[in-house]
Amino acid sequence: MRFRHETIEKNVILLAVLSLIVVSIGGLVQIIPLFTIESTIEKVKGVRPYSPLELFGRDIYVREGCYLCHSQQIRPFRDEVERYGHYSLAAESMYDHPFQWGSKRNGPDLARVGGKYSDAWHVAHLKEPHSVVPETIMPPYAFLAESELGYADIAERMRTLRAVGVPYTEEMIKNAAADLEAQVDPNGDTKGLLARYPKAVVASFTGNPKRITEMDALVAYLQMLGTLVNFNDYTARDLQQ
Amino acid sequence: MSFAEGKKLMATSAAGDKAAIARPASPYVDDVIRAFMIATAFWGIAAFLAGVYIAFELAYPSLNIPPWFNWARLRPLHTSAGIFAFGGSALLGTSFYVVQRTCRARLFGGAALGWFIFWGYQLFIVLAASGYLLGITKSKEYAEPEWYTDLWLTLIWVLYLVAFMGTIIKRREPHIYVANWFYLSFIITIAMLHIVNNLALPVSWFGAKSYVIYSGVQDAMIQWWYGHNAVGFFLTAGFLGMMYYFVPKRAERPIYSYRLSVVHFWALIFLYIWAGPHHLHYTALPDWAQTLGMIFSVMLWMPSWGGMINGLMTLSGAWDKLRTDPVLRFMITSVGFYGMSTFEGPVMSIRPVNALSHYTDWTIGHVHSGVLGWVAFIVFGALYHLVPILWGRRQLYSMKLVAWHYWIGTMGIVLYITSMWVSGIMQGLMWRAYDNLGFLQYSFVESVVAMHPFYVIRGLGGVLFLAGGLMMAYNLIRTMRGDIAEEAAAAPRAAATVPGE
Repeated sequence: MRFRHETIEKNVILLAVLSLIVVSIGGLVQIIPLFTIESTIEKVKGVRPYSPLELFGRDIYVREGCYLCHSQQIRPFRDEVERYGHYSLAAESMYDHPFQWGSKRNGPDLARVGGKYSDAWHVAHLKEPHSVVPETIMPPYAFLAESELGYADIAERMRTLRAVGVPYTEEMIKNAAADLEAQVDPNGDTKGLLARYPKAVVASFTGNPKRITEMDALVAYLQMLGTLVNFNDYTARDLQQ
Repeated sequence: MSFAEGKKLMATSAAGDKAAIARPASPYVDDVIRAFMIATAFWGIAAFLAGVYIAFELAYPSLNIPPWFNWARLRPLHTSAGIFAFGGSALLGTSFYVVQRTCRARLFGGAALGWFIFWGYQLFIVLAASGYLLGITKSKEYAEPEWYTDLWLTLIWVLYLVAFMGTIIKRREPHIYVANWFYLSFIITIAMLHIVNNLALPVSWFGAKSYVIYSGVQDAMIQWWYGHNAVGFFLTAGFLGMMYYFVPKRAERPIYSYRLSVVHFWALIFLYIWAGPHHLHYTALPDWAQTLGMIFSVMLWMPSWGGMINGLMTLSGAWDKLRTDPVLRFMITSVGFYGMSTFEGPVMSIRPVNALSHYTDWTIGHVHSGVLGWVAFIVFGALYHLVPILWGRRQLYSMKLVAWHYWIGTMGIVLYITSMWVSGIMQGLMWRAYDNLGFLQYSFVESVVAMHPFYVIRGLGGVLFLAGGLMMAYNLIRTMRGDIAEEAAAAPRAAATVPGE
């Protein structure tokens, strides 16, 4: 029997089903293999789940919409690598729910901002960006230093992340609140924290370990961004997808 | 204008009718459509206003008022107001209008279901918008609302599908009109995209915070599969449905080519879905996916222009109407902008071009030539066409004001996109510029400083566009009330001008 488009035009169920099939194909072909092809995420050492304080920092980063002006994805171009550092790996955002690659640079990329500036610079910059970069167009975030960090639900947050695939252990969850407090107290016992979260930056970011603010959390997050992988250990070949 | 006023207008439009035409008794559910038309105009102005404000925040950062009115909290408010509140209200309203007329059937579920969808959708908008200001966001672009808002929208969307498909099922026309194919594929695809992209696990059932189930590179792919097709289906397929009904109606001409509409419909919906990865060129997304995204984006040019040609050529034999009817001018210009931005898009999806354009304002300019030029202009055309019909008025309050709106809006768009072209390309070139000694020539902040004049120009473009929106609101309100401006009587004179051969 000869096919006539009229058949579809007279049957809404057929039209709907065919449309659904036609619009499904592209997504299936592009998305499913990303979960199945092993080389999609490079095999590198060092990437770990966020420490409790960093996790809160990241949640604040999301809440304030930082990703709308700052990408976290360095492309493999000479100028980007010189400006920002080694190009970004898929592995580096494997525990990011959701990803924060961004799509626009009203401000510079932050994928490797960790360790580039001092804690004091970050606090001053977030409070009043003009004070350290006179030409900046970034809005001020002084209120972060005023709002105390509410971390009562830290264990729930970590458990939720574990449910979606972040390898938080029972030990990490049990020590969550203690680890969070330890990260802002350089004079305290940070052995457990650093064993669980290597390279976590321990500092009293805003100067008062007794009063943990949202600013502490955000700066702790910014200071670890892009620092987990040691690129001296890998050649370009190792990082091929 | 508030909704209360709008309802009053709707209630009083039959009585005290200065135009002396009673609203025709309609066999269709029209009250809901009237409400959607008012919502469209209202949210349009809200979206333009938010856009103007955040545009000037980039030019004059002291306009930031932390924490609620900082740029990054307002930006999702602007995009959602534009896409979902303004565009969505227009799509839902016009689709209910078109599906009932072209099927000669009353809306499935009647006024009750129609009103539930209307208020349910408005509640979604309010939940989303208030969340953004309070910092409640999933941070997935154009899908920022948190899990509870997403769930609510899912319910409303399924009901919308039921009402729309149900109406088609009980139609009294043998054929399903082409506009309905586009509306239907838009509804189905948005349902698929919305559900898959937004899957998230709440931290607590009593809190707003959730974590998206995907992470990293897979999440990026799924997000832009969603993000690009929010453009492809929400802002394109749905509005093509609008074009396929309103352009032929207004021009009083049949669609140029039936065959073309069949071919470009299937080609468009098949190809669009593949285009997402062009948002992720040179990122950690594997190259094979990027290449697929680029190839399909370039191919997409063809069906896009198929739609444009079908829209434009519908005017063959009636081109003179462009001179006499500013409403049709809105519609045809919108199709022109559609053609322009669907050419620019494939160009920008080519990897070496994207290397320059990505992360810059060029992308922002591209999007706005689409949403201001295509989406908003076709909506303005549809509103100017529908409001007199739905309120039972012989004509619009003032055609002259429509013409003014047309020119002021077009000027706004031109300022917007030209300034963003220049600033975007300049920004991209400054980032990659090297001096004679082989050092990066500019620090990042120098590129920020260089943007300032263009941010100001863009903001002024936005002011013009907003002014046009306000003129439209005034014109529509007067039309609803049955007023006719003096000069409308003089309109036939222009129509009578003999064209110079």
